[in-house]
Amino acid sequence: MAKKFQRNDKRKIDEIRPMEAKVGVVPSAEGSAMFKMGKTIAIAAVRGPRQVVPAHKQKSDRGLLRCTYDLMSFSVNDRKRPGPSRRSSEISMVIENSLLPAMDLSKLPYTSVDLYVYITQADAGTRCVGINAASLALADAGIPMKELVSAVAVGKVDGNVILDLDKFEEDQGEFPTDIPIAMMPKVGKITLLQLDGKVSQKELDEAMKLAEKGCKDAQEVMEEAFRVKYDLDGGKKE
Amino acid sequence: MKSYIKSLIENGQRVDGRKLTDVRDIVITNDVSTKAEGSARVKWGDTEVIAGVKMSVGTPYGDSPDKGTLMVTSELLPMANEAFSAGPPSIESIELARVIDRGIRESNMIDLKKLCIKEGEAVWTVFVDLYIINDAGNILDAAALAAVSALKDSLIPTLEEGNKVDYDTPTKNKLPLIEDRIPLTSTVFKSGNKLFVDPVLEETSEVDARVTIGISASGDINAMQKGGAGFFTIDEVNEAVKMAKVVTDSLRKILK
Repeated sequence: MAKKFQRNDKRKIDEIRPMEAKVGVVPSAEGSAMFKMGKTIAIAAVRGPRQVVPAHKQKSDRGLLRCTYDLMSFSVNDRKRPGPSRRSSEISMVIENSLLPAMDLSKLPYTSVDLYVYITQADAGTRCVGINAASLALADAGIPMKELVSAVAVGKVDGNVILDLDKFEEDQGEFPTDIPIAMMPKVGKITLLQLDGKVSQKELDEAMKLAEKGCKDAQEVMEEAFRVKYDLDGGKKE
Repeated sequence: MKSYIKSLIENGQRVDGRKLTDVRDIVITNDVSTKAEGSARVKWGDTEVIAGVKMSVGTPYGDSPDKGTLMVTSELLPMANEAFSAGPPSIESIELARVIDRGIRESNMIDLKKLCIKEGEAVWTVFVDLYIINDAGNILDAAALAAVSALKDSLIPTLEEGNKVDYDTPTKNKLPLIEDRIPLTSTVFKSGNKLFVDPVLEETSEVDARVTIGISASGDINAMQKGGAGFFTIDEVNEAVKMAKVVTDSLRKILK
């Protein structure tokens, strides 16, 4: 790997953009959070556990996790038509699947946990930033979780495998590659993995290891948000 | 309680006697519809998928004024599986089409610049429509193979004055495909801690997670998608890529 590769914003190859996490941003919801990675910002809120609507969808042996992800219309340069799209439907589903391995919904039968994730400002990595906000919101709502699922994308620019591309970096090169990954980093479990672009098997392995480091870094920032909220040791006072 | 099928998989066995890495017999036939620019029927065990390619003249996207466009859609026909119903596309159908779309698009197997008619104004749009006729498991891999085969089978129709298309007179021109970039797709499934390929329908309900991998002839990975509510470790993903390479190598021989 070319060590000399210089990033546009001087970050190291394994360095995430500056992150910020805050819980309780939607006071009327059971749980909520804002997560920011560079210029990408997501807010997420949880309604529930509550009665399932429509009732015929309820399950007697477990609760349901139902996620809605979308970009706000003004979060991108070309206005996004409001309302669900094929893209947002797919991302909503993969976000659900990224969080489920950390949850035990058998403790919440007959209910649904409805999760809403909106991107207010998009600068690459929206599904990962959305997952981080979602994971925080679930924990803030007191939904039992094994650990905070955290996510970050890995990309490839000019043959270099790099953590957390911003939009500028994402638009570089002939075969831009995007690999969003979510993990339960404490136990090394990959819960979201998507890829489009072009990588060798070796580069994929490199990307997963880089993502593991990134997910640990993101998770630390996320945990800190709760230390601040509950004013625990180590929590920085605002 | 552990099901019989799950305990078989844990012992490295399958309900139909295959090994964990065995793929069912596959037969591809082209020319399913003479009205289509290209088409393919894939019979993959008892799973059956029909893919058709239609082309029309459209406008290019603003950010790529000199490139043709591609659109992949799928319908999980209610006749194919008791669980499928008519109506707007289900999330399963959207995911299937989008994953196959990404495999084709990201591999750059179609030289979209050669489908430009007039820069900024008119380009060919290539529609790949996938119909699942019978779901006997592993429809995504079957559909991805059908899509690629139908694209290979396609002839560009005649373009008349004023960008009118004469569909009844195909030219001799095939779609501009780049052979060594053609991606083939294999999904690796996980049940318990075992990885296996090509489940039959009965095995599908025992799957904790899956990962779909699109691999080009040159061996590059072009598309991946993890599905299901389970997880993979890094080692498992690496193992899955190796298994998928073996499968896609064998698919490549069938595609020829």
